[in-house]
Amino acid sequence: MTRHIHRRDFLRATGVLGTLTALEAVRPSWASATDGLQRSAGGVLHGSGRELDLVIDRTRLAVDGRGTRAVTINGTMPGPMLRYREGDELVINVDNRLDEDTSIHWHGIILPNDQDGVPGVTFDGIPARSRFTYRFPLEQNGTYWYHSHSGFQEQLGMYAPLIIDPAEPTVEYDREHVVLLADWTFEDPYRIMARLKKHPDYYNNQRRTLFDFFRDAADDGLGAAVRDRLAWGEMRMMPSDIADITGTTYTYVMNGMGPVGNWTGLFEPGERVRLRFINASAATHFDVRIPGLPMTVVQADGLYVKPIETDEFRIAIAETYDVIVEPRENQAYTVFAEAMDRSGFARGTLAVREGMEAEVPQRRERFLLTMADMGHGSHGDHEGMDMGGMDHSAMDHAAMDHSAMLRAPGTIPPDVTHGPGDHGAANAGVAMVATSRIDEPGNGLGKDGWRVLTYADLEATEPRPNFRAPDREIELHLTGNMERYTWGFDGVPHADAEPIPLTLGERIRLTLVNDTMMAHPIHLHGMWMELENGKGDLCPRVHTVDVKPAEHVSVLFDADVPGRWAFHCHVMYHMHEGMFRVFEVREPTAVDGEGS
Amino acid sequence: MEEDHDAGRPTRARRAAALVLQGVVLALTAGPSAAQMGGNTYTYVAFDELELATSPEAQPVVFDGEAWYGGDFDRLWLKAAGEFGTSEGQRDAEVALQALYSRAVTAFWNLQAGVRVDHRTEDGGATRPRLAFGVEGLARYWFEVEAFAFVGEDGDVTGTLEASYDMLLTQRLVLEPEVEISLASEAIPESGLGSGFTEGEFGLRLRYEVRREFAPYIGWSWERAFGETADLVGARGEDGTEGTFVAGFRWWY
Repeated sequence: MTRHIHRRDFLRATGVLGTLTALEAVRPSWASATDGLQRSAGGVLHGSGRELDLVIDRTRLAVDGRGTRAVTINGTMPGPMLRYREGDELVINVDNRLDEDTSIHWHGIILPNDQDGVPGVTFDGIPARSRFTYRFPLEQNGTYWYHSHSGFQEQLGMYAPLIIDPAEPTVEYDREHVVLLADWTFEDPYRIMARLKKHPDYYNNQRRTLFDFFRDAADDGLGAAVRDRLAWGEMRMMPSDIADITGTTYTYVMNGMGPVGNWTGLFEPGERVRLRFINASAATHFDVRIPGLPMTVVQADGLYVKPIETDEFRIAIAETYDVIVEPRENQAYTVFAEAMDRSGFARGTLAVREGMEAEVPQRRERFLLTMADMGHGSHGDHEGMDMGGMDHSAMDHAAMDHSAMLRAPGTIPPDVTHGPGDHGAANAGVAMVATSRIDEPGNGLGKDGWRVLTYADLEATEPRPNFRAPDREIELHLTGNMERYTWGFDGVPHADAEPIPLTLGERIRLTLVNDTMMAHPIHLHGMWMELENGKGDLCPRVHTVDVKPAEHVSVLFDADVPGRWAFHCHVMYHMHEGMFRVFEVREPTAVDGEGS
Repeated sequence: MEEDHDAGRPTRARRAAALVLQGVVLALTAGPSAAQMGGNTYTYVAFDELELATSPEAQPVVFDGEAWYGGDFDRLWLKAAGEFGTSEGQRDAEVALQALYSRAVTAFWNLQAGVRVDHRTEDGGATRPRLAFGVEGLARYWFEVEAFAFVGEDGDVTGTLEASYDMLLTQRLVLEPEVEISLASEAIPESGLGSGFTEGEFGLRLRYEVRREFAPYIGWSWERAFGETADLVGARGEDGTEGTFVAGFRWWY
């Protein structure tokens, strides 16, 4: 069952040991095996009290021994870790040496709108061969990241950690490592995009075959196997469609290193080690565990949560989780990050010295979507239930103002019959019942005999001040059509949509209804979302919320920063095809003046 | 990256071609201009079939291709299908070209309308322009279906109904049965067609996807004329039923 990967053998086989070893060094020092607390090395840029310079360029480097070119920040992939202290002013000069526009978005940071870095929304982008200076105060602390918001530069390596130390230390630890996960491809992302548009199952090599049918018929009976095929065939959906882009093209990387490269983080037995997990993937959710080491989650999306011990967690694209581990043995531990569709994994090692390896677990078998993911009721008892008149199809999705029927803030939305909602040709089918799945760990998890984190476990350390009911509720449906590879909200791509107006000071409940069979990590720029997971005023605040297939989930947020804020699915390929909106927070007088 | 671009960063030649096509499509649709995050346009070119048949004696090369350009909802389609003989003295060719505007109307279905021109070189050559109207899409249970009606200059109406299905034996080995049925509203003697059902075709092709874009295949193709059309074929002293072994490849970009 053990799979040891011998990097030296692999490199010798490719016959390019020398060159590529040199290229593998094109990685920031923070991502190399180091004492994570060292503060002075190159690759970690300390911005307290000084301006920093970032150079964006294409750089030749290697991933798992194979040469390639990436879009890099200061010549490395991932880029340099930026390190600040809460209360600092961030001043960064970006030098774009590409022949195309670029941008940097500070993911999860609360900042003035014109510093948010979204071309076409908050500024014009940073043109080719030009410079731009970002300047804004950092009034929060925690684990964040920054990345390009232009084209597919993020898929091509333009991402890095942004760590802000608290003014007053809260979590105690002896050592820390950033564990930045990503999905690397040696292909041109524009070509990947075009292939998905033409043959959306291009990268799915785990489709069900005729032999799977025979196996199911033998196991479950011919009738059941036929009924199952007919049910999926009727919807024209594939239960094996877990991820659009898979290990067929992706090499899953941890701190820029593939499974062969084996990123290693050092520790001394008995230390409390803080691991700052960041998922910088373009299209991959990871399931993370460290066999033999329980993990205590202390932060989610950069904000403190009540410590909760777990054995595994799913980290959606763009999310961050900080965990504390306490390895006591003089040994190596594998940090195993399995792609959600099980088509590959990223892997690294926690060890007491360089060169150690622990057993690498086998990948689990890919799971199949179920009728619950199609909104046919997760418990099988929803059909025919009286939902007390709560019928999504009868509601105006764009903007509803009916505060009389708003439920208490911080509570989980009840099941809702969806009705025959029609979002047009860009959407294929809607859930019959939209259900909260907030207490589920995610498809394919929770049946391995160990603990798995769920959103329902997350609880803020401090109650929210001024925690109150929303002024207004907005419902958006996450829509898509896998056969056309069209994605949007309410069946409309961003290109055809108007900004959604909000009034400064308004408190909004945003209900997201996932009409698709895929998980969508939805990110709101510029404002924290209070995830209504049943914890009341202890709801965790997040910058990204992963909405499971056929799930509806609600968040509260205060429209407290004026400007145009991006709101989108963080699967880059979904965003590129239009799963993107703008919330425009306007001064109250401005709204009156425009008469809108 | 390599010269492996598509819609996002087109090559010069493709950009020029795309601009011409885009003009046509925009004139037809007047939608919002292309922008990031939705509204992107793509170009597709495919030979679903490009094969050599072992019979009849002409040993024809048979092809069936399509191309489209456009966005999510509005596309310009071009279709080309036909055959040409490859053996000595049997060089006759037959080709049908179609240019269609395609509109996505529901999740799985597109309406298409445009023109079709058939040309054959046999007997000194003949060209027949027609209007084409049809529906194309994915039916329940994963059947690729298209149904078309063609209206000729004299008001004659013919129709075709095609359906195919991809049966995965492995992730790369795919068995594809395909049926095509042709009809005519009235007899069209110059085309050798009687009224009613005119012809049926059944194909069974087993392809191996070396890459998703390139798949060699072998198969069997069987054709037969029905009713009045079969009588017309019989009157010419030919057999209205024909089966042939085929070998070729499927390619798309």
